[in-house]
Amino acid sequence: MDEFLLRALLAGLGVALVAGPLGAFVVWRKMAYFGDTLAHAALLGVALGFLLQVNINLGVVVVCVLVALLLVMLQQQQRLASDTLLGILAHTTLSLGIIALAFMESLRLDLLSYLFGDILAVSWNDLYWIFGASVLALTVLALIWRPLLAITVHEELAQVEGVPVTRVRLALMLLIALVIAVAMKVVGILLITSLLIIPAATARAFARTPEQMAVIAALVGCVAVSSGLFTSLQWDLPAGPAIVASAALLFFIAPSWRRARA
Amino acid sequence: MPDNVLVKTNDISLQLQGRSILEDVNLTLRRGELITLIGPNGAGKSTLVRVILGLVKPDSGSVWIAPKARIGYMPQRLSIDPVLPLTVRRFLTLAQRCPETQLVQVLTEVCTEHLLDSPMQSLSGGETQRVLLARAMLREPDLLILDEPVQGVDVGGQEELYRLIGEIRKRHGCGILMISHDLHIVMRTTDEVLCLNRHVCCSGSPDRVRTDPSYVALFGKAPVLTSYSHHHNHSHDAHGDVVSETEDAHKHKEHEHG
Repeated sequence: MDEFLLRALLAGLGVALVAGPLGAFVVWRKMAYFGDTLAHAALLGVALGFLLQVNINLGVVVVCVLVALLLVMLQQQQRLASDTLLGILAHTTLSLGIIALAFMESLRLDLLSYLFGDILAVSWNDLYWIFGASVLALTVLALIWRPLLAITVHEELAQVEGVPVTRVRLALMLLIALVIAVAMKVVGILLITSLLIIPAATARAFARTPEQMAVIAALVGCVAVSSGLFTSLQWDLPAGPAIVASAALLFFIAPSWRRARA
Repeated sequence: MPDNVLVKTNDISLQLQGRSILEDVNLTLRRGELITLIGPNGAGKSTLVRVILGLVKPDSGSVWIAPKARIGYMPQRLSIDPVLPLTVRRFLTLAQRCPETQLVQVLTEVCTEHLLDSPMQSLSGGETQRVLLARAMLREPDLLILDEPVQGVDVGGQEELYRLIGEIRKRHGCGILMISHDLHIVMRTTDEVLCLNRHVCCSGSPDRVRTDPSYVALFGKAPVLTSYSHHHNHSHDAHGDVVSETEDAHKHKEHEHG
């Protein structure tokens, strides 16, 4: 196997492993649009990373967290519905990101690779980031699993029972920001949410417990990454979209496959 | 504070978006006591409970809860999205792990032990309420707070659920604060009724409250209450609606507090 291909596969698997379980919470908590908004904001993070000459991943995480906090503030005013606020933030940050990148004329940046991912260009350095972030995110997720599940089922009941609701929610937001930062390289800003929600939604057909759903989602993600990469090489398809299309295919055949087994 | 007091609120007031929700509400609940909060929609019943639970901060006034008192809470509504696979067993242990025997014991107490491994989404309204009650009981509470425990339960089930709550109080000796819409079944099981319409309109034993002018003004005198004591001082029209006491019904609508 070519080395670039190995790196691509490892990068995809690293992201899929954490995107599955985290995606389960995105699905359970109806946060798909939230994830999408943070992903859009990621481009602004890329621009700031270049502008301030700091690590791009760091720039993305910081901007995502700031946007998430801004959202919480706006939600507390209770003037507009959450999806309206998310729409405003998503497209504003995406536009600002593109404007900021356009200003940096000295930089010949491939915008498409940020929007749709460039998994075949993953470097070893990127890989360290991806696996570092994945291990960190999975560890934190395992630690807060039970309280996170409790607030997902009923937030106030959990609070009465002693769960530190605000801290747990903040932790989940940070995890999503972190995963978006590293997943950007694999499927790109516009497709990141799909990597969170499609494997988790697919896993629902087979899971009988929350934990099963998380593990199956991770596996589905890995299968989608592998088959997406394979078809991308075989027929010269863009890799990121091919991965997402594979995941979607799994999602649509999952119910019938399950029926056939039963 | 006397030994047996579990909760005491002092002049709780709260405004939300410029609208007064609670005005100087005082309430004292003792161990082994069952207080039922009644009042029209928007009277602030749930808000008062949320203040006591510490979920909402009052603008003024204070809540005192006995130190080390464990609280079991049964929220008004629980709807779990079908996308989250969750069995009753898993639901009960969300807050704390506990041994199988304890799970079975607490489910048996609310007559739902056969549901231990059923998905939460497959439960009927009544079963869901019982499982919620079981989760509150798992904490071995000193104080049980129930927000409309019979919501979504059919009439026969309601009576049964109230009976169960009465039994739990007897067996465990915990203090219970309960919100209810249903006046006439509740009146038979509770020690004290607190009639709330932003402020405490009246409180005391069911018999006393029933005849209190402010209670009568809110709920009307006869219909719901006397239907079980067979004082036929009203009649029904073709639709089954109560037609007597028109004057009181009228007054009810116009009644405006504070």
